[in-house]
Amino acid sequence: MKVLVAVKRVIDYNVKVRVKPDNTGVDLANVKMAMNPFCEIAVEEAVRLKEKGVASEIVVVSIGPKAAQEQIRTALALGADRGIHVETDEEVQSLEAAKLLKAVVEKEEPKLVILGKQSIDSDNNQTGQMLAALTGMGQGTFASEVVVEGDKVNVTREVDGGLMTVSLNLPAVVTTDLRLNEPRYASLPNIMKAKKKPLDNMSPADLGVDIAPRLSTLKVEAPASRQAGVKVADVAELVDKLKNEAKVI
Amino acid sequence: MSILVIAEHDNSSLKQATLNVVAAAKAIGGDIDVLVAGENCGAVAEAAAKAEGVNKVLVADNAAYGHFLAENLGELVAEVGKGYSHILAAAGTTGKDFMPRVAALLDVAQVSDIIRVESEDTFVRPIYAGNAIATVKSSDSIKVVTVRPTAFDPVAADGGSAAVEQIDVVKDAGLSTFVGEEKAQSDRPDLASADIVISGGRGMQNGDNFKMLEQVADLLGAAVGASRAAVDAGFVPNDMQVGQTGKIVAPQLYIAVGISGAIQHLAGMSESKVIVAINKDEEAPIFQVADYGLVADLFEAVPQLEEELKKVL
Repeated sequence: MKVLVAVKRVIDYNVKVRVKPDNTGVDLANVKMAMNPFCEIAVEEAVRLKEKGVASEIVVVSIGPKAAQEQIRTALALGADRGIHVETDEEVQSLEAAKLLKAVVEKEEPKLVILGKQSIDSDNNQTGQMLAALTGMGQGTFASEVVVEGDKVNVTREVDGGLMTVSLNLPAVVTTDLRLNEPRYASLPNIMKAKKKPLDNMSPADLGVDIAPRLSTLKVEAPASRQAGVKVADVAELVDKLKNEAKVI
Repeated sequence: MSILVIAEHDNSSLKQATLNVVAAAKAIGGDIDVLVAGENCGAVAEAAAKAEGVNKVLVADNAAYGHFLAENLGELVAEVGKGYSHILAAAGTTGKDFMPRVAALLDVAQVSDIIRVESEDTFVRPIYAGNAIATVKSSDSIKVVTVRPTAFDPVAADGGSAAVEQIDVVKDAGLSTFVGEEKAQSDRPDLASADIVISGGRGMQNGDNFKMLEQVADLLGAAVGASRAAVDAGFVPNDMQVGQTGKIVAPQLYIAVGISGAIQHLAGMSESKVIVAINKDEEAPIFQVADYGLVADLFEAVPQLEEELKKVL
């Protein structure tokens, strides 16, 4: 079966985020960018499904500027077979991303679509669910285990206070959580091979999708910074302060 | 304006997060209806009717909603919610699951995980795991919003007397079925909603040493967390991770033990009310955000902490 994986180019998770002085957003100039960590887990899961003989082809799609091709190539180096780049320099919000992915799903007709549960920039946690609703598919969000059986997929989900398993008709959408797997690193030979794998380029207009945003960001501020407090001399003083000063125990 | 709040519950009791969401709805202003969707959830509806500020409780009681499957809830809430100006739910794993489906079915954007209401169409939410705070305005006719419960003080659970109305809308999308669930076998509270969290980092040296933290946690009724470094080192499972790629917590008291304070960890806990850091390296960045810092060897300090707590609790 064909698996479609969506990946997003975001700020590297080790980079300290700085708000621009004019409060219009986060400073991304000369900042290291990388594949969203949850998307890495999505790629890894697809590759494992292929290694098990469950998946026959892995198509990786990314929406974003020209540079997002780097993340598509990374996914190809990790084991995806071909890439689709929906190229735009405009901001693409979750609903519009879901509509673009729906158009790709209609062209590619995958049996399974795997996405990260959220991107670590906008933290929306929406796109997979929206894609599932728009395409009329079932969804297994925050997955910690994915088992394909015949025309169904069982997804174990990380929910508040435990785990929940659902069975979904295929085709279906899965979004990944941290425990699903531990992504591998790409080997140098695979990075070289990835450069020769096919990569299609298209625009939102080619897919017939209007990507005008519905939400406008009025301002972006740094969070109220915490002041360093006091150093206590010993554990007894700490407990005393917690009980009598902070009154939290 | 009219606001539909989707109740969070387990079919037998109303979760407190619902009261936090009603508080967010009050901040927007307007009539507040609560939708209780579940199976044999009459007691939940009664509890919701008593909550302060609730105008009406709508009950959709059907096996299709018994396990809160997003495919079915999404269709139900889109149908019931289309007459409202706002649809709100808690940003827990249930709300995060079905609300984007509601937004997509209504062809509107969703505003996720708000921490403040500026006006009826403008909300404040953390992005980059709380490293930046965005004020966003929605131009859609229906605002679909998930609310971070810890950011709003709950309304009173008692005193209200809303009318309870059964609604006969059955949406079974037929896309998914419930197979089973495994509740965490711990008497400790859930990490994401605990009032007190004690977390260990790489300084714990191995997984066995986390037992020291568990003993303190049990005295305090606290949850136990960990830094990504401790998870990556294999000391503890990933679901204990507090940080940008793990759980975001905002307890009353956060105790960081043997945690240096990497950016990715601070992003997950810096909204805590009171932060305590115990670390033998006095230059550790964690001390820059800690209200109370103790420079000490954790293997001496944690057992002492347990003894001192036993004296005062």
